[in-house]
Amino acid sequence: MNMEPEYKPRKWRVLGTTPVRRDGIDKVTGQAKFGDDVHLPDMLHGKVVRSPHPHARIKRIDISKAMALPGVKAVITGADFPPLNQAVVAAGEGGSVSMQDIADNCIAKHTVFYDGHAVAAVAAENPHVAEEAAALVEVEYEILPFIQDVREAVKDGAVVLHDDYVPGAFLFPTQKALPNAGRLQLAAGDVEQGFKEADIVVEREFTTATVHQGYIESHITTCRWDSDQHLTVWTSTQGAFAIRDFLASILNLQLSQIRVIPMEIGGGFGGKDVVYLDPLAAMLAKKTGRPVKMAMTRAEVLKATGPSSGTYCRVKIGCKKDGTLVAADLYLLFEAGAYPGGPIAPGALCALTRYNIPNVVIDGYDVMLNKPKIKPYRAPGATQANFVVETVIDELAEKCGLDAIDFRLKNATVAGDRLIIGMPVPPIGTVEMLQAVKKHPHYTAPLGGPNRGRGVAYAFWFGAGLTSSCEIHVNADGTINLATGSADLSGTRMTLAMQAAEALGVPLDDISSSVSDTDSIGYTFQSVGSRTTFATGYAIIKAAEKVIEQMKQRVAMIWETDVANVDCTVESAGVADFVDRNDPHRRLHFKQVAARMDETGGPVSADYTANPHGVGFQIAANICDVEVDPETGKVQVLRFTAFQDVGKAVHPDYVAGQMQGGAVQGLGWALSEGYWYNKDGRLANSSLLDYRMPTSLDVPMIDTVILETPNLGHPYGIRGAGEVPIVPPPAAVANAIYRAVGVRMTTLPMSPGAVLEALWAKEGKPASVKVA
Amino acid sequence: MAKKTHVETTLNGEPREFLAEPRQSLLESLRDVMFLTGTKEGCNDGNCGACSVLLDGVLVNSCCVLGVEAQGRSIETVEGLGTADNLHPLQQAFLEETGMQCGICTPGFLMAAKALLQKNPNPSEDEARLWLAGNLCRCTGYDKLIRAVLKAGQVMAKEAA
Amino acid sequence: MHSFSYAAPTSLGEAVTLLAGARGNARVLAGGTDLIVNMRVGRRKPELVVDGKRIPELNELSLTAAGLTLGAAVSCRRAYEHAEVAKRYPALVDSMSLIGSVHIQGRATVGGNLCNAAPSGDAIPTLIALGAQARVLGPNGTREVPVEEFCVAPGKTCLADDELLVSVHIPAPVANSGAHYLRFIPRNEMDIAIAGAGVSVVLDAAKQNFVSARIALASVGPTPIFAREAGALLAGKPINEDSIQLAADSAQAVAKPITDMRGTIEQRKHLVKVLTARALRGAIERAKGA
Repeated sequence: MNMEPEYKPRKWRVLGTTPVRRDGIDKVTGQAKFGDDVHLPDMLHGKVVRSPHPHARIKRIDISKAMALPGVKAVITGADFPPLNQAVVAAGEGGSVSMQDIADNCIAKHTVFYDGHAVAAVAAENPHVAEEAAALVEVEYEILPFIQDVREAVKDGAVVLHDDYVPGAFLFPTQKALPNAGRLQLAAGDVEQGFKEADIVVEREFTTATVHQGYIESHITTCRWDSDQHLTVWTSTQGAFAIRDFLASILNLQLSQIRVIPMEIGGGFGGKDVVYLDPLAAMLAKKTGRPVKMAMTRAEVLKATGPSSGTYCRVKIGCKKDGTLVAADLYLLFEAGAYPGGPIAPGALCALTRYNIPNVVIDGYDVMLNKPKIKPYRAPGATQANFVVETVIDELAEKCGLDAIDFRLKNATVAGDRLIIGMPVPPIGTVEMLQAVKKHPHYTAPLGGPNRGRGVAYAFWFGAGLTSSCEIHVNADGTINLATGSADLSGTRMTLAMQAAEALGVPLDDISSSVSDTDSIGYTFQSVGSRTTFATGYAIIKAAEKVIEQMKQRVAMIWETDVANVDCTVESAGVADFVDRNDPHRRLHFKQVAARMDETGGPVSADYTANPHGVGFQIAANICDVEVDPETGKVQVLRFTAFQDVGKAVHPDYVAGQMQGGAVQGLGWALSEGYWYNKDGRLANSSLLDYRMPTSLDVPMIDTVILETPNLGHPYGIRGAGEVPIVPPPAAVANAIYRAVGVRMTTLPMSPGAVLEALWAKEGKPASVKVA
Repeated sequence: MAKKTHVETTLNGEPREFLAEPRQSLLESLRDVMFLTGTKEGCNDGNCGACSVLLDGVLVNSCCVLGVEAQGRSIETVEGLGTADNLHPLQQAFLEETGMQCGICTPGFLMAAKALLQKNPNPSEDEARLWLAGNLCRCTGYDKLIRAVLKAGQVMAKEAA
Repeated sequence: MHSFSYAAPTSLGEAVTLLAGARGNARVLAGGTDLIVNMRVGRRKPELVVDGKRIPELNELSLTAAGLTLGAAVSCRRAYEHAEVAKRYPALVDSMSLIGSVHIQGRATVGGNLCNAAPSGDAIPTLIALGAQARVLGPNGTREVPVEEFCVAPGKTCLADDELLVSVHIPAPVANSGAHYLRFIPRNEMDIAIAGAGVSVVLDAAKQNFVSARIALASVGPTPIFAREAGALLAGKPINEDSIQLAADSAQAVAKPITDMRGTIEQRKHLVKVLTARALRGAIERAKGA
């Protein structure tokens, strides 16, 4: 993919500063409106009826008792929904998605595939009556055998979920390979030969537990039909247009009939990119003629939304005794959940690609089993793949007698090398980052006690470009209205305004930055894949260029000269003054031009829809110190430093915040989070008591080192920053545990029970029952 | 269905009354009866702190209190902490120190931190982390959030001096 | 949540009458951090909730020469912020400050923790170790129940339908005594104990030997376990690691844990031994400083 570099560096006026976000005031005063903060007159409350069985055929649903309960206004089942017009739709960047699967996942038609799968929904005057009504819906099931272990799911004779299926295509398509699994194979060179050349080979197998994004805000939606058959949806989502698209498909509506209003969103991390409740609320609203709000409980979120894959992996990597990697063979079984389309492709693509390994085979499987449909979680698939590879890399480094970072430096991909899929690597700063790790005081600080160890890990993630739209309107007083379609998960309204301020040469405080609904802005892809600051920013810069051009036209009119004689100082001086090329004393400020828009042709505005390709990739590294209590297996993280190259840090504190937030999610993934299903196939830990996410007492301060190798694909050098932080922590922790107490952990989470088992195994004690 | 009870409370310093069925939590009463949506629901079972309020000055999870239990009691919510023109030092610190990202946990943390600083005006990092361990944040990783709380403590100590 | 009636009696008599009238369909509400959550998930469905917080006796917190009377509605927070309680009963403070979070402790009560009767109840091993008695009131009067006999099955107590827990009474600490409660959880806060050990010891005047000890365990049986033998065997023994390990082994021997999502049998048996030893060391340290 050869592109003209877009990068045009200059002295930044706004980028790199740390202004306070304007929308933050509503958030600290409790005024910001999230999905559940919607209250409409006459509103009903909906509640979902869910299967308690992990796999069953629906024989009969009797809604009569539920309908008879006072206060209940409607009950729907899968039979209330129209057949789909289009079974499969494209989903950006070569991916595709099965609408039938999405529709069936929202409400089952014939078969339920996991504990919590929706089978019916009720609407009632208040949430308590709705809950009572839901309990009165009688569902007769024919219970089927179920499967929840990826290894079992790919065996001959395994329980089969779907007689037929559209193989998953998340980023890359998989091919149907087994009754329950699509397959993705990547290969380069000749692994057999490669392993023959290897002096040292390490082979390990791993299991990692299913984990959830853990956003603190659940899923909530409110739907209202207007008398002209127009549906309005208020919901917290990462992509209002995606919600609109899915609703149109499932309800058989035209896209222009639906308006999705994105509320403030209380966390998403990839898990809020699809409809769950929305089609149900819309259908209930249609049947009752009243607005319907539906909200998931925490248990429903954990059971019936989209966690990230649990996995089984076999990793075999070989190197020469001088540390040169020669061969890698990965067998990856990644959960897809109830329907195809888990993250095996991005996981496989990111597993090795930060290293130059000439001989590689990756055999990856998208495995269906009776768990909720797997969804993206912040660099989907990459954390699992990174954990299994980086711990083996660590072992190889040790066996070669090389320093952990030196081993990685020796093999790191640099600009000009090729990724496993053939794409050339642009400059992303791998060597600089690894050297920064080695030079950092943390790397050589004394550990200060027994049973303490230090581990490192190094990670890579792609990130996305995709489509973003924006509008810039110049007001008569020179202030700016900036509108985009990008849901703001963490402060992107501000970082986009900062790019606009830089591109327009106006004060940041003059810009009002807002997130528009689907009726009010051009198509914008979801806020996912670390794309917002990169792709929406790109669109803004292009729109700003159009605005500047128009302003130049106005100046030309005012000066009665040719527009070719008008220069704008925005790129040279950072502020937008307009200067006569032939007479430098003739100058107008942006505000002065704005004041005269009316007389020179009317308001100035520009829109732009961009689909930028120069994504730039993301890299990160961690240094992690732990202390292990060998009597209990408890691992305490003592110190953590996160390194990342972000191209250009628009708002350095926000970048650090992404690094810290992702690191702590990674630490939870490493040490305490994981789904636990009981023998009946039901999720046992469906509350935040037993789905254990890190508290403030569990983690130290997260020190951050931000590096900036400009992304040549973006005018300001920006690369996405939001995802890669979650990728290296589990491996860093595992490598630290090894150095602390001498055991190589091969399971996630590395809970105290798991560490104890590993310590006992090392001491030669017999293995006991599988731990949580 | 039990009849609704008439509850009289003091809410953010003002007398306030509302009707609630016994089964409606204080959280529901605040959000869905009185339409004060600043206090958030995260788990509804006492494990995340998003619903933190002060009840008679004591930090509690409002999801674990019935609305009817608030009879005769005083409630403080984030709506009473400060306004855009007159932000509480905690609110100011959360803004300046980037102590929040998505903001859903922020009201809960603000009320919990308020209770902390009332009791312990100059907490150490460890003391702050221990006190706030009942409030979950998934976005920030706690680093800047804790720093914001400690900074607010310092600011308030200076103002008091 | 199911629909229920709510009453807030202001006297013990009123409360007992309400409970008797409900014929087993009532629950007493103290802090609510267990009951409200249980009602919300349908684990408990009382038709009547009797709020005990307006009954003076349930709010009693008094210290006398005989000991501490802690009303069933006294919150953990109120108890551990009481300077004398904290000074005389540090093990109780250990327990109360481990239950949930600060928010939970603002409402939860020791009495409620006992009546919830979870095998993992953090207050219960400490009450047992300290020799506490539960004061129970019914239509026929008051009775005292040693805390180790209070919980009879997971979630079930010895209370009849028409009885309520008024208070727990903890004897005054004797000279040269110390107590400690420790539990093990995967995170650093918020979790239910995978295993717990509450220990109290009385040392001789020279602080060389044990005079007596009481050891109780959490999360390793259907109810909290009073490890009678483990404590009894310490009488007269010297204070050293051998004695500690003997007691820890004995405690481990009576632990009957199950494997569930929080831990395996092997892990819990192992932890109970580790925690008993550590709690003993902590209790000894406090006794030596006493």
